[in-house]
Amino acid sequence: MSAANMTLHSPKLALGPVLYYWPKDKLLDFYEQMSNTPVDIIYLGETVCSKRHQLNAGEWLALAERLNTAGKEVVLSTMVLLESESELLALSRWCENGRFTVEANDMGAVQLLAKHNTPFALGTGINIYNGHTLRFLAGLGAKRWIMPVELSQPTLAAIQAERPEGMETEVFVYGRMPLAYSARCFTARYHDLPKDDCQYRCLNDPDGLILSTREGQAFLTLNGIQTQSAQTLNLLAEIAVLRELKVDVLRISPQAEGTEAVVAAFAAGLRGERDLGEAARALNAALPYGACDGYWRGAPGLNLAVHTG
Amino acid sequence: MAVSTPSSYSGSLELVCPAGNLPSLKTAVDHGADSVYIGFRDDTNARSFPGLNFDARTAAQGIQYAHGKHRRVFVALNTFPQPEGWIRWQHAVDLAAELGVDAVIAADISVLDYACRQHPDLPLHLSVQGSATNYEAIRFYHEQFGIRRVVLPRVLSLTQVRHVLENSPVAIEVFGFGGLCIMVEGRCLLSSYVTGESPNMCGVCSPAKAVRWEETANGLETRLGGLLIDRYAPGESAGYPTLCKGRFTVSDQTYYAIEEPTSLNTLALLPELQKIGIAAIKIEGRQRSPAYVTQVTKVWRAAIDACRHNPAAYAPKPEWLRELGKVSEGQQTTLGAYHRTWQ
Repeated sequence: MSAANMTLHSPKLALGPVLYYWPKDKLLDFYEQMSNTPVDIIYLGETVCSKRHQLNAGEWLALAERLNTAGKEVVLSTMVLLESESELLALSRWCENGRFTVEANDMGAVQLLAKHNTPFALGTGINIYNGHTLRFLAGLGAKRWIMPVELSQPTLAAIQAERPEGMETEVFVYGRMPLAYSARCFTARYHDLPKDDCQYRCLNDPDGLILSTREGQAFLTLNGIQTQSAQTLNLLAEIAVLRELKVDVLRISPQAEGTEAVVAAFAAGLRGERDLGEAARALNAALPYGACDGYWRGAPGLNLAVHTG
Repeated sequence: MAVSTPSSYSGSLELVCPAGNLPSLKTAVDHGADSVYIGFRDDTNARSFPGLNFDARTAAQGIQYAHGKHRRVFVALNTFPQPEGWIRWQHAVDLAAELGVDAVIAADISVLDYACRQHPDLPLHLSVQGSATNYEAIRFYHEQFGIRRVVLPRVLSLTQVRHVLENSPVAIEVFGFGGLCIMVEGRCLLSSYVTGESPNMCGVCSPAKAVRWEETANGLETRLGGLLIDRYAPGESAGYPTLCKGRFTVSDQTYYAIEEPTSLNTLALLPELQKIGIAAIKIEGRQRSPAYVTQVTKVWRAAIDACRHNPAAYAPKPEWLRELGKVSEGQQTTLGAYHRTWQ
């Protein structure tokens, strides 16, 4: 490594929680595979629907131990939408695990974590749009935050300028973006089933269900109560800017296929081994519904800059 | 100074009505609103629409009018400031305090923190945009900022609302009528995904400037940011292209994949809401006309009074439902998430 490279700020790579509902074997195989990739941090846990139970809490924790032994920093992610007492009880157990850092995805989780004086991370479910809010949460024990996907690069730069000491910044750099949450399950609705009797149909769609306009333009991904973009956010070409902004962690969101190749591409990008624009175009070419990066440029989220298209 | 005199309707469900301008505020007060909520004329509130909302002068007039009749005025400052606009939110909080509003309705931690430090006597309500769906989240805002009330997102069933209420340290306000967000408020970025502007960042959803109506060979098409939201056959009544209320295709089916164009109406639930101890019912629609505000306020005032008088005998009158039906989106109403089967 050259002297110039030595001084480069080098972000860590993180794997976000699996947002879909996969059968137990597939989930365990996936993490087995991921333990051999260069990701530094792995977020674990069900964040979308409390009815999903292929892994119970004990099995998640056992998986966390295995990944930790394999050299990964493990963070336990909490549910985004908490409605019932049983969900709060599960949250409370997660927050009091005593072993792994917890990523809060709801202010209820922040409340419990702050009460226990446990350092914690702030996930995509927490709205941090300015430095004031970030400083306030740092005062309660937050050590890492992830930028809301709808914010732009200049806004991130402004927040970074006010970032409190010791706070790590994470950016969602690759994957279908979580855009909304509802009480209604859109997967059950598609199958014309009541939510209470959903028959776990989301198990059949390892990458969710694609929603298109009546002109056939892919638009959204239905994933139970969560709505994601159909397009995949790809900021691989922006690695130099992310370094300049002193971003500490780059998050890749898992898909059923190809996540290993994405991790490899980002790791190579961080090592400076490949032309980033070319590498980004190669990833984009394999996407069934295309890529996007509009939010980063202050444009509608689904837009894609011409040079990476 | 804030007027703390209870309205003539204290002790029963408080009726909180929307006002996008002074005529709406006055008509809401005249027709029985206990409280009226307003916003300032910029992106500090979630109805930042052209031509809508209050400046310092009209807000002062509105507050004077309402306070003169012992009614209260709340100001919504419920968007999420970004660093470059932060000063606007500070000024808005200061202005609200100076005007003597009865509460500020806020969502972002920065706004709540600023208000609670700079204006400790200014009552704070947690906006629906604060996405507090459980009592631990409510406790957070209460312990950190001393909020006195929370407006619950429109995603909880009545059983869940009751459970939150039993464990909440503060009063609970719920939406009773009007436009229905199917997504958890404060956690929906669909609008910015298509148009670049969202409720959180800009105080708008599916903004009018991104809308296009086109008569085509296939029928009337509505577009948002160029994206086809719906297409109407001749004779079908067309609605505003709010993007979660369009018809889309999933696999082999084309349908209202997210939500039908429909309004929330909980008139039938009033006795239960009253019984479990809900403090206030909010009517959506600051962007609607004074005629809407008049109509809806009248009906809800009558309904709340009837329910308070004799809950056992209470039933929504057909004429109330007819009146509300006329001003509902798609002329349809639903009990929304309060009714478990809807979920």
